[in-house]
Amino acid sequence: MDQTVKLGSLTLANPIITASGTFGYGLEFMRYGDLSKLGGLCLKGISLAPRTGNPMPRIAETPCGMLNAIGLQNVGVDKFLAEKLPYIPADATLIANLYAQTPEDFGELAAIFAHEDKIAALEVNISCPNVREGGVQFGQDPHMAAGVVSAVKKRAGAKPVIVKLSPNVTDVRVIARAAVGAGADMLSLINTLSGMAVDIRTRKSRLANVVGGLSGPAIKPVALRMVHQVVQAVNVPVIGMGGIVSAEDVLEFILVGAHAVQVGTYNFMRPDNAFRLVDEVAALAGSLGIGSWDEYRGTLKV
Amino acid sequence: MIDSQTPCRDLEVLSCRPGSDPSLVNLILSAPGWTCRPGQFVMLRPAQWGAELIWPRPFSVCDVSDDGLRILFQTVGRGTRRLAELVPGQKVTVWGPLGRWFRIDESRPNLILAGGVGIAPFVMLARRERRDNLSMLFGHRLDLQHYPYDEIAASIPSEAMQQKTPADIAAFETVLSDRIRALAGKGQVLACGPEPMLKVVRKYCLEHGTDGQVSLENRMACGVGACLGCVAKTIQGDYVQSCVHGPVFDVRDIELGA
Repeated sequence: MDQTVKLGSLTLANPIITASGTFGYGLEFMRYGDLSKLGGLCLKGISLAPRTGNPMPRIAETPCGMLNAIGLQNVGVDKFLAEKLPYIPADATLIANLYAQTPEDFGELAAIFAHEDKIAALEVNISCPNVREGGVQFGQDPHMAAGVVSAVKKRAGAKPVIVKLSPNVTDVRVIARAAVGAGADMLSLINTLSGMAVDIRTRKSRLANVVGGLSGPAIKPVALRMVHQVVQAVNVPVIGMGGIVSAEDVLEFILVGAHAVQVGTYNFMRPDNAFRLVDEVAALAGSLGIGSWDEYRGTLKV
Repeated sequence: MIDSQTPCRDLEVLSCRPGSDPSLVNLILSAPGWTCRPGQFVMLRPAQWGAELIWPRPFSVCDVSDDGLRILFQTVGRGTRRLAELVPGQKVTVWGPLGRWFRIDESRPNLILAGGVGIAPFVMLARRERRDNLSMLFGHRLDLQHYPYDEIAASIPSEAMQQKTPADIAAFETVLSDRIRALAGKGQVLACGPEPMLKVVRKYCLEHGTDGQVSLENRMACGVGACLGCVAKTIQGDYVQSCVHGPVFDVRDIELGA
């Protein structure tokens, strides 16, 4: 079957996108597979100025998952454009992930990427739990979320704008509706769940940041539930993510209504996993007799 | 020799045996079809870990040849305890060789400072480099016969010191300081071992002005530079991934905590 998916004006060769912060700038994975094979790549979150990130330790393994508190370490947009973007093959579908601490700076980043031919879409990160300012603050307040989204939309030109939502809210549909109301072309969810791990002997947190974001298979049921809720609440394409480690998992998200998915922690389990998943999803869809993604999407019987 | 298109290999366990002390395990995997430099590492993740244990585990290559890939590890947590239970015939996904290696100074003395299971990468080095400008000082907690010390001592001049008490550790530290001072301006040290030892090595290298390289063993999720979980702090205050910028660093380039 044809694996192509259309998310408004954004067309992907297949529904598999690598999640921001788990796939670097793509360059790190070029010896493990052909980047153009992926539906898309969400690049590591980029801010106007470079960020050094949080102190160590930054990661902790937990049952069926992991915590991270990286703190959006990145080279900054100027260095990204000069030293990273030119080396990413032109046939890869790239989604820039934007992080800022004010709506104005979000708009500034959008304006910069609006002129980059190699960037197919923008993903607005209003859901990082590991930074003190901006991040999830924007994602937990519908008015602030709408402010960021309209600031980005105004300066994003023709680039489709994806808004990445936090699960650390009382009702994810409230933020989803606010983002769409402010012009979001699509939504992606879920970012990590806020969590902790502690050591009873040293009496310290396992993360220097004390709290971090939980990802991996442990969070998939929460992610599925939230994607299911959001697709009922809005009329834009939704990209589902959270704990995907198999082709079955991908189809579960599409079944509840996602147009595409992102895989994150799975990339750490084996660096060629995303590439293999593209083939495995195609094979599974074929074996289930699915004629097209449009036909299968959102057909959960309730 | 490295096939750049498929660097992930599913290798077969040929043997997985605890040594004479059960906390030290010798794992032999089928030959990976590549070779590497001493100090480089691999990521290992057994297929049967499923979704329970997420991360692969990083290990220095102890040795690699047509006979197989040899890993020496100590059981310290859930991952290494599960690895110790591998049986012949099981499959382990391996990617590597990864990272920067120990750079031998051809023209001057190179003193290896190994601590405990940190002796692993020097097995390969000793087998390949039978040169008179190499020597080793080995600090260890368990009795010497539990470590592959003799394999190294057979080809390069070596001495060992056991640390069972705080007084032993203090004595070892004094010897480290003396040896590092003796090489100031004349040679370099290559160190792999527990972090407290590396901190001492770095301190004396800087104090005495001796060249030195240390191999860090930070927790890693991916091994390929993407997760930013394994970073080391540079003296400029930036964080760099120890999987690609290390694990072997020049002592002058990085900080090593308090």
